[in-house]
Amino acid sequence: MTGTFVGMPAFPKAAHDAVHDPTLRGNLRHATHTIRAKRARAVGELSDWAALREAGRRIKDHTLRHLDRYLLQLEESVTAAGGTVHWAADADEANRIVARLVRETGESEVVKVKSMATQEIGLNEALEAEGIRAYETDLAELIVQLGEDRPSHILVPAIHRNRGEIRDIFRKEMGRWGRPAPDDLTDTPAELAEAARLHLREKFLRAKVGISGANFMVAETGTLVVVESEGNGRMCLTLPETLISVVGIEKVVPAWRDLEVFLQTLPRSSTAERMNPYTSMWTGTTDEDGPRAFHLVLLDNGRTDTLADRVGRQALRCIRCSACLNVCPVYERAGGHAYGSVYPGPIGAILSPQLRGTASEIDASLPYASSLCGACYEVCPVAIDIPEVLVHLRERVVEGGPAVRQGNKVVLRPAKGHAAERAAMRAARWAFGHPGALRAGQRLASRTRRLHPRTLPGPGRAWSGTRDLPAVPAEPFRDWWQRTRGGKDGAE
Amino acid sequence: MSGRERILGRVRRALADVAPDDRPYGEAVPRDYLREHGRRTVEETVELLAENLADYRAVVHRGTEDRLPALIGRLLAERGSREVLVPAGLPPAWTAAADAVRVDDRAADTPQRLDRVDSVVTGCAVAVAETGTIVLDGSPDQGRRRISLVPDHHICVVRVPDQVVSSVPQALERLDPGRPLTWISGPSATSDIELDRVEGVHGPRTLEVILLG
Repeated sequence: MTGTFVGMPAFPKAAHDAVHDPTLRGNLRHATHTIRAKRARAVGELSDWAALREAGRRIKDHTLRHLDRYLLQLEESVTAAGGTVHWAADADEANRIVARLVRETGESEVVKVKSMATQEIGLNEALEAEGIRAYETDLAELIVQLGEDRPSHILVPAIHRNRGEIRDIFRKEMGRWGRPAPDDLTDTPAELAEAARLHLREKFLRAKVGISGANFMVAETGTLVVVESEGNGRMCLTLPETLISVVGIEKVVPAWRDLEVFLQTLPRSSTAERMNPYTSMWTGTTDEDGPRAFHLVLLDNGRTDTLADRVGRQALRCIRCSACLNVCPVYERAGGHAYGSVYPGPIGAILSPQLRGTASEIDASLPYASSLCGACYEVCPVAIDIPEVLVHLRERVVEGGPAVRQGNKVVLRPAKGHAAERAAMRAARWAFGHPGALRAGQRLASRTRRLHPRTLPGPGRAWSGTRDLPAVPAEPFRDWWQRTRGGKDGAE
Repeated sequence: MSGRERILGRVRRALADVAPDDRPYGEAVPRDYLREHGRRTVEETVELLAENLADYRAVVHRGTEDRLPALIGRLLAERGSREVLVPAGLPPAWTAAADAVRVDDRAADTPQRLDRVDSVVTGCAVAVAETGTIVLDGSPDQGRRRISLVPDHHICVVRVPDQVVSSVPQALERLDPGRPLTWISGPSATSDIELDRVEGVHGPRTLEVILLG
């Protein structure tokens, strides 16, 4: 991933400010609690949810197992239908390809459908550097772009803003980008939506180039699918003459039929709807309907590195529904910005350190941004065992070991800052291997128990700041066992 | 090395440790989920479609072939529409009783021109009862994708029960992936403000569905 979040502090530091912001806490609590109850209802309507979830998991696993084959099949189908396929190994390559395609049209502005992949590669900034202006058209992305802000949620990137803040941003900033907001704009959601409609209308109608991502790509038919609500997606996918879609390689599914699973699980998991308002499906180009040129840019950018990890590869099953964010107690309190990535929340905590590696402070801290409660796994419509991957990544951070970066095998060094933890673990391993020393140590600990501090000194203070140290018993268990023959003597 | 070779090489190396899996695709995925949820008569399925359309704020009407022109004429008049877009293959009788001027769906028209049209009338390819969805596939009675998008008022005629299926799996079976498809569930909406659904953003803010049978 690229530079948008370079220099982010580690998660605990970034979250520290967020948890002390009462407005942010209130906005997040309101939004996540609203959607939680609605999602549960929408999922409850389908008696076969567990079977759909299992089918979704198996489709994705099967695809990932044969990813090379399905990518080649997809390329063939898209090309046969009139599209052009490009391959981008990393963010820079993808940005270069898109910038070149836009330049070749002679245009200097593009309209964009909300897309995580283009956020991930920092496409807007890259285009800006080439003198191409990218207009975000999703309402929440517009709020983020106008407010010169960062996204904080996969589905609703402006979830950290309440309606009053949105009104202020619209009033202040819309004029700089095009049609200003009406002077008497209030903070009712309908009026805010209307202001966005008017502001973006002129841009849609004159746009010659559209840029999108995709939720699914069908290898068998070459069909791309975009799931959306507002109609901005349809505008960008059908009105321009040229359409460029940047899509992660893990978004491919083998067959048309596979959509019957995901079109049931995705809307209910993300916006808690039986079906989202608009879904567009297109296969290459169609004569006299929609764009005359279609380019598909297949993006790796760390995905194959993730695929190389036996435990971590399941993260590639993700269909970006964001249900895991909405149920996460850590996300609810810390907000999305603290995760230092376009992928926040539980899925971000396992995806970002795999796509970007664990070298930076923020990425090394993300596997710890969890209480391992497991709510994320429970709601995941493709059954990603997020806690399992979190623990696996913690091990990788602390212990180091083999991994794959940019396609090359590397051996990661153990992270700094875990020296005390490693030393404690080494000492424990030694003590458990030497019963005599263990017994002596335990007896010493029992006899001195009145002198034990309640909190740990030095680097241990942070750990014991939120936990009670366990009290040491008056007598070690093994001494008690020997003395009483396992309690058979009835002695205390 | 091209990006293509690099990515495919990385994929193959990444999977080198995985045990071979030669199971064909058909056996790799269990399909023990339901083809439809619950058992309904044809009438009940149509009734469920009407309910779910209305639940997402589509306005539902019922009509018969002989009363359809009058109904469409009335809906356009109530809306005050001066111009109505019609796809090339829409039965001419459907808009025969309308006062609004008919505007043909032509490739040469600019989006700005379409933006000045008040309403559009289309048929549909299939409708899904369980989700309250209508699907357009660009057939002659539905026209180009943009005509059901730019005008603010969309009237969609669904032939019941022929065009109605119960579920998403059944809808996909009927559709041709080679055609450009638009799945529509209610009027344009957003959940972007405080994760609560608000109707009316970029697509038609009023969706009227006529169940014709």
